[in-house]
Amino acid sequence: MLAFIIRRIGQSILVLLIVGLVAFSMFRFVGDPIDNMLGQERTIEDVERLRSQLGLDQPFPIQYFKFLEGAAQGNFGVSYRQGRPVAEIIMERAPATLELAAVSGLFAIVLGIALGVFTAIQRNGVTANFIMATSLIGVSLPTFLIGILLIYLFSVELGWLPSFGRGETVSLGGWWTTGFLTESGLKALILPSITLGLYQMTLIMRLVRSEMLEVLRQDYIRFARARGLLDRVVNFRHALKNTMVPVVTVIGLQLGAIIAFAIITETVFQWPGVGLLFINAIQFVDIPVMAAYLMLISVMFVAINLIVDVLYVFIDPRLRADRSGAH
Amino acid sequence: MALTSNVHDKGRWERFRDSDFFFAFKRSPVALVSFTIVCILVFSAVFAPWIAPTNPFNPASLNLMDGFTPPMEPNAFTGTRFLMGTDDQGRDVFSTILYGMRVSLFVGASAVLFAMVLGIVLGLVSGYFGGWTETIIMRIADVQLTFPSILVAMLIFGIAKGFTPVEYRDQMAIWVLILAIGLSDWVQFARVVRGTTLVEKKKDYVAAALLIGRRPWAIMIKHILPNALSPVLVIATISLALAIIAEATLSFLGVGAPPTQPSLGTLIRIGQGFLFSGEWWILFFPACTLLVLALSVNLLGDWLRDALNPRLR
Amino acid sequence: MTRPVLSIHDLSVDIPTRAGVVKPVDGVSYGIAAGEILGVVGESGAGKSMVGNAVIGLLSRPAHISGGEIWLNGNRIDTLQGERIRRVRGKEIGMVFQDPLTSLNPLLTIGDQLAETILTHLPISKAEAEKRVVAALEEVGIPGAAERIDSYPHEFSGGMRQRVVIALALCAEPSLVIADEPTTALDVSVQAQIISLLKRLCRERGTAIMLITHDMGVIAEAADRVAVMYAGRLAELGPVRDVLQQPEHPYTHGLMTSTPLAAMDQKRLHQIPGAMPRLSHMPEGCAFHPRCPRAQDKCRHAPLPAIEDTRAACWFPMQAETAQ
Repeated sequence: MLAFIIRRIGQSILVLLIVGLVAFSMFRFVGDPIDNMLGQERTIEDVERLRSQLGLDQPFPIQYFKFLEGAAQGNFGVSYRQGRPVAEIIMERAPATLELAAVSGLFAIVLGIALGVFTAIQRNGVTANFIMATSLIGVSLPTFLIGILLIYLFSVELGWLPSFGRGETVSLGGWWTTGFLTESGLKALILPSITLGLYQMTLIMRLVRSEMLEVLRQDYIRFARARGLLDRVVNFRHALKNTMVPVVTVIGLQLGAIIAFAIITETVFQWPGVGLLFINAIQFVDIPVMAAYLMLISVMFVAINLIVDVLYVFIDPRLRADRSGAH
Repeated sequence: MALTSNVHDKGRWERFRDSDFFFAFKRSPVALVSFTIVCILVFSAVFAPWIAPTNPFNPASLNLMDGFTPPMEPNAFTGTRFLMGTDDQGRDVFSTILYGMRVSLFVGASAVLFAMVLGIVLGLVSGYFGGWTETIIMRIADVQLTFPSILVAMLIFGIAKGFTPVEYRDQMAIWVLILAIGLSDWVQFARVVRGTTLVEKKKDYVAAALLIGRRPWAIMIKHILPNALSPVLVIATISLALAIIAEATLSFLGVGAPPTQPSLGTLIRIGQGFLFSGEWWILFFPACTLLVLALSVNLLGDWLRDALNPRLR
Repeated sequence: MTRPVLSIHDLSVDIPTRAGVVKPVDGVSYGIAAGEILGVVGESGAGKSMVGNAVIGLLSRPAHISGGEIWLNGNRIDTLQGERIRRVRGKEIGMVFQDPLTSLNPLLTIGDQLAETILTHLPISKAEAEKRVVAALEEVGIPGAAERIDSYPHEFSGGMRQRVVIALALCAEPSLVIADEPTTALDVSVQAQIISLLKRLCRERGTAIMLITHDMGVIAEAADRVAVMYAGRLAELGPVRDVLQQPEHPYTHGLMTSTPLAAMDQKRLHQIPGAMPRLSHMPEGCAFHPRCPRAQDKCRHAPLPAIEDTRAACWFPMQAETAQ
């Protein structure tokens, strides 16, 4: 078990090093950092001073190492466009993205599992078939179109919900802003959360359904029925638990995807989060912001993957025993 | 017990269905309808210059007075009618859609083609030669698969844009877009081709071909690759739908096709600005077109996957 | 004989298919008394498992009972629906499946699985149920039962798992156990142990057992009476010694001479020519006639003789000839 986790951590570090190399290469080779930082009026001395200040005169591996060292301490350089430290800008915007991702993730997981189980148990029911047919359209629908559709319906036509922004936010402890505590903040969360969560919800639902149908065909389910257990017990205690083993992995990956897809939703709703920052950075080729975003999202993905792996071992006793048997 | 014989019947029926591809196609209304729609859309995109009433990107043919004409209603000043109305600059929406679809389909198809060629080559190489080449290629594939491909595409777009001199950025955008989407999508192809190569490599005919002095590349392309064609075709169709959506998404976000050469995504981005002021048609028709296009390519891909290889799921 | 625990009358099962309705079980009747083991044999596809599933009400759709009656302890059970048939399952009928590796839920401890079954059917406290769990495991011969209740299925060997499955089937003390190929997936050395375990429990508790198998050796070892099925119909029914040693139905005879155990004194094994007909293409008259060396015109058209009068459903049984 321990060996397994250590091996996974090793792999994660490798991924991060590769991503770090990509991010660093962006810094180093896309455009000239000196050009970007100094204006038109500059002297040779200025350039030389900045070169050694930035460490650009040192060998490549050392520069790379220094970059990683800085990144690990949260130092991602200065935004070309805003002229402020990237870390500061990201910290400012992170709460918006994280709150949006959390609400969408919760929506996707809870509703996805519930509908998946429902459509699996009521396999040939009218409602279940309707949900399945609708979900097919949901999968092919681009996220931004869903967002626009919701805006049209609930903001333009009905005027119930705001179409952009976070509403009123409350500052907590000076470093976190939350939209959970005001009415306008909560209202502003609804449409973006649905937009962001819908695709993942559909995906989770379809996966849960197909896994559960597979599990319901298993001998131990037939045996559980043959033992006269209540339908409720067979479906939830026996079938759902086994369904969740493969589903947990995918849900973990979907949570990572939600943070990445937030870019699209944040653009549609002008949500002041990290995703919108990233899109603007691409438009204006603001390399430090792009590199920092890449590094942060990689850390998040890798962390989620790691947690999912560990979780897996806890759900499935077979894995647990195999590990302990190895010791 | 009778269940076994029942399953047996079904298996035979399916094998029959698989063997007779066209028969299955005729029998599936979903396949027929989506194929027809895709054909119509591709046709009208390719022949857009002949079908479209106006060339919306020729400034000479534009009349600002025509701006904001609702669909099927005569313009207040000029009295001209437009099937799908006009946008703020007086461009005929129907024509912009035809030209936009051209860009969307061109980018989507080129990106998939690029991804396919890249994936096939890397898959063949890593499967056939193994060793370090394989380790490096498949490692990169694994790392890339950890991230959603749209994110990878955005990043590549951003980097490539950084390399492009400012004055060429708009002109190059389409090609950068193809590169970005293509590079974000090669892994699936590489994996399938590598898998097939690993299986086929061990078979006697490969040894025999080597024995009579065939070169590895000739063996890979003439003997091994044909075995991977049907899964590659399926992945290509599904990828096409994904690439069209990816292109639309990037363009919608403003990191794709430029306003001077708009794709459906760019048109939707432009149209969204008029959502609140009531000119719904500028957004509605491009959005519907994208929806129908993505949905029918998707359905076609799904059907193809089931028909060609039920086990690919 | 006392009143049978289970009696099946003229049971038929239908499966509607695209090509029409097929009958995997067609007019089968037999009974099982308390403490008796009835062996049901036949090749795969003969409908023997289908009868078991019909009795416990677990036919998978679209298969359904289309005729006949099933009586258990004087109550008709084939018409029971939903909650009422569920109460019969596990409580009055226990079931043992073929593969112990897949019959147990891998994510729950065997103690949990036993306790939930007991608590579902018996009005007792959790503490009492736990005692019963240990007792049930001891009874089927799990060594160190008290320590093993928190073990997961994968921590047991195949034979031990099948013992757990039997404990699960018996823990609510049903009067009938349906054992569907209980030894097929096991090692040969373990098969005998499982059979003798089933036999012992049957004798001690007076449980009726329907032992479904395609293995003549298992039948010879365990069964009191044997029912031979062919293409969804009952071919022969009688005491195990008579049927095995002096089969009346030509199919049973063919089956015996093609079984290594029974054909020990022969130089080589016989083979019945041809294969069992597919259910969608059942021949008229006796289903066996295309393969039967004794078939005559009557076999091709006339409906089969009812098995109540004779031991074998055959117009020209083997015994009749030897008697002549």
